[in-house]
Amino acid sequence: MSRENVLKVENVTMQFGGVVAVDNMNLEVDKGEIVSLIGPNGAGKTTAFNVITGVYAPTNGAVYFKGNKIIQNHPQGKMKKLYQGENPVMYTGHHALVPTPDKITGMGIARTFQNIRLFKSQTVFENILIAKHMLRTSNIFTATFRLNAKEEAKMRAESEELLRLMELEDVRNELASSLPYGKQRHLEIARALATKPELLLLDEPAAGMNPQETLELTQFIGRIRDEFGLTIFMIEHHMDLVMEISDRIYVLDFGKPIAEGTPEEIRSNPRVIEAYLGGAQDE
Amino acid sequence: MDWISRNLPYLMAGISVGGQYALIAIGYTMVYGILRLINFAHGDIFMVAGLIVVYATTAMPIYIAIPLMIAATVFLGFMVERVAYKPLRDAPRMSIMISAIGVSYLLQNLALYVTGGLSQQYPAIPWISDTVTVLGATTKRVTLITPVLTLVLVVALVFLIKKTKIGMAMRAASRDFETSQLMGIKINSVVSMTFIIGTFLAAIGSILFFTNYTGVTPTAGAMPGLKAFVAAVFGGIGSIPGAVIGAFIIGICENIIKGLGWTTFSDAFTFALLIVILIAKPTGLFGEKVTDKV
Amino acid sequence: MSIKKKAMWNVGLIAALLGLLFLLEQVLPSGSMLFTVLKKGAIYALVAVSMNLLNGFTGLFSLGQAGFMLLGAYTYAILTIPVESRHSVYQYFDGGIVQFAIPVPLALIAGGIVAAVFAYLIGLPVLRLKSDYLAIATLGFAEIIRAVFQWDKLGPLTNGSNLLRNFPSFRSVLYPFIVSGICIALIVMLINSTYGRAFKAIRDDEVAAEAMGINLAHHKRLAFVISSFFAGISGGLLAMYQTTIQASMFKSAMTYEILLIVVIGGIGSVTGSCISSFLFIACSEWWLRFLDNENLYIGSFHVPFLRPGFRKVVFAVVIMMMVLFYRKGIMGTKEFSVEGVSGFFQKKLGRKKAAKGGASHE
Repeated sequence: MSRENVLKVENVTMQFGGVVAVDNMNLEVDKGEIVSLIGPNGAGKTTAFNVITGVYAPTNGAVYFKGNKIIQNHPQGKMKKLYQGENPVMYTGHHALVPTPDKITGMGIARTFQNIRLFKSQTVFENILIAKHMLRTSNIFTATFRLNAKEEAKMRAESEELLRLMELEDVRNELASSLPYGKQRHLEIARALATKPELLLLDEPAAGMNPQETLELTQFIGRIRDEFGLTIFMIEHHMDLVMEISDRIYVLDFGKPIAEGTPEEIRSNPRVIEAYLGGAQDE
Repeated sequence: MDWISRNLPYLMAGISVGGQYALIAIGYTMVYGILRLINFAHGDIFMVAGLIVVYATTAMPIYIAIPLMIAATVFLGFMVERVAYKPLRDAPRMSIMISAIGVSYLLQNLALYVTGGLSQQYPAIPWISDTVTVLGATTKRVTLITPVLTLVLVVALVFLIKKTKIGMAMRAASRDFETSQLMGIKINSVVSMTFIIGTFLAAIGSILFFTNYTGVTPTAGAMPGLKAFVAAVFGGIGSIPGAVIGAFIIGICENIIKGLGWTTFSDAFTFALLIVILIAKPTGLFGEKVTDKV
Repeated sequence: MSIKKKAMWNVGLIAALLGLLFLLEQVLPSGSMLFTVLKKGAIYALVAVSMNLLNGFTGLFSLGQAGFMLLGAYTYAILTIPVESRHSVYQYFDGGIVQFAIPVPLALIAGGIVAAVFAYLIGLPVLRLKSDYLAIATLGFAEIIRAVFQWDKLGPLTNGSNLLRNFPSFRSVLYPFIVSGICIALIVMLINSTYGRAFKAIRDDEVAAEAMGINLAHHKRLAFVISSFFAGISGGLLAMYQTTIQASMFKSAMTYEILLIVVIGGIGSVTGSCISSFLFIACSEWWLRFLDNENLYIGSFHVPFLRPGFRKVVFAVVIMMMVLFYRKGIMGTKEFSVEGVSGFFQKKLGRKKAAKGGASHE
């Protein structure tokens, strides 16, 4: 079976002022895989996510999606002098390519957030329906005058279908903010799926969940991967979940990837053990 | 020499107006620094200070009227915060801003009621209203006093903020409101103190301002207030030196424009400057960059 | 309730309202304060709803409404002053440079378009700003527009700081009702469309909205331009109502008034804005007018403090009370609807039925 590359992060460095949050990161995620990114707090995991999803423009490096370059940048302006990362001139001379998050989502990369970000004043159904807005072909006039009735009906039908698949039908008309925590996480994933992504980025999907809920989530993530034909890249702290579900794991420490491999390989990797235990001893 | 005597008045007026804006702008910038609130009523409190002098001088000599006015204005500023802003401390920021607009509306209407809508003659204050001649240009003495007095007050204020306990509490509160509350800072007294200082300076500013412009109308505070706010934004809101420098720049530019015969655009210029700075450097000259956490 | 039934109810209600207005006009003297309130209220309802679209539904705190109304009002006036009276209106500018007049409806739309074009240009730089900064920048733009329109050099077009007058106005109260009604209906349709949902998403959480593929810059600009378009039309209507206009009318105080109307009605409620604009105008212009009467006696007691201006003080205090103690406004984020009212009564009835032991309607 040929391995089809979905996401490739190439020499990405993210520096804020004098602080290097992500240091020359390289990683790849193949089609159909579930890959986890782990590492101690402050290792730069969420920053890496924010670079991939266009929230931050990387200071240096490039990101490829399905073989196409979607993000590329090199140190510019003040950063030219401040830059402390590697390959400082590797991307110089190329055009900077820094799409906004909505463009990235449009390409087929959807995400969830570490600290849940739902549309609080909207119902569960509306939260999903909003995500369908991206797939519209109507413009503001046709939408206002309801000339897009067919498309609108399709959007609604698809959203209903998604609600059913995600087992959120019973809370369809509840306000998103009134849901219990676990359901909010589900809804966030459902909302991301509504944009019909190929790659799903999950930022600590199990944060704040008890072991029972985490177990359910583990099965849930596996299920949606199969049902929606997704590739999943996630950040997670719950080791049970990560070890259980991941095809491969990347370990990040101080912004640098220090290890990569299958769960078994990571479990026995001395550098990983040191990074985790060493970090714990410092505290 | 001719050129100087022709243009000096504009420059002097600019520096003087700049000083007056600075005294108002400090009130804006300090309040914004701590509460993240554009206190739209600040300009109107400034106008009320003007009216108090007008009415007080009909009943008492000016050397009593002025201290009384300062005390009354400070009390008004304190009360506005307690009544209109404090109850909304946990409300969304927009609510408190709307409350500020409401207070502004109330003060203006109150002034309209009291004055009957007529412009009130501001009394001539002995000595500072006298005419003096500088390098062949005649002006009121207040024009010369304003920048000096402004700088003295600003230095005193910076000293207060840097060296005293309450000043330290203010700095802490403006850095992180919630945390400073947790650290045992009496946030209500800090906020009250901020309003007291801000309105005190605005009261002094009103004496200097209205001595130059003889009339006080119910809306007299709106424009200077707005401009002082622009000055605060220009300098980087939350920063006192920033507000002062911003105020002088705006005061001077505005009067140069008047000198060029573009009086219609002197107000518009201020706002154009504001928009340019907001777009080029949204945090102003001395403001700190704030990044949203995702 | 089915959509068809709902639509029929709404159409019926609107027809009844218009019929009632028509009847009132036949019965009451034309000088009645009621008509002043209704006319001005309808115009303010439109501008309040347009502001609500921005502040309430998209979460953009903009304070430029008076500026866009000015653009609409001036465009309307400049384009409709009859050619024969231009010489007297533009007496200092040789009759001005515009030497034609277009029909009223076209001029109103033109007013909206001019406001929208300006909004587009202003939006390019300022819509990137956040909350307070956006508010103050839009306020600044409104002030700049006002200054530009008072500029002597533009006199042949704008008549400088002099009055514009002699343009067509309306006499029937139905006119502003119908125009505002159509515009508000369009705004409501927009809010209920997929774009409206996107606006609300931006209001709730910009970061999440962007992550859901909503182009922030594009959608904010849309909301800003559309809101300004309708503010422009309401400016044209205001010009018609006032019969004369002057740039100095459109001060920031006007924007504050509109903002207060929106807040009192409930930020995020269209019907709230409409109800509150009528109440606001009625209170400020009519119901409290007795407070301005110096010689008011209750029995033989001479009520103190009353003299011109007291009305506005009382009114401002009332507004302050609303802002402080009734923060959600009249409607909150809910909408007034036939369904809501009937639902309310059905609930009450249902409860009674249930209490009697019968099955509830559900």
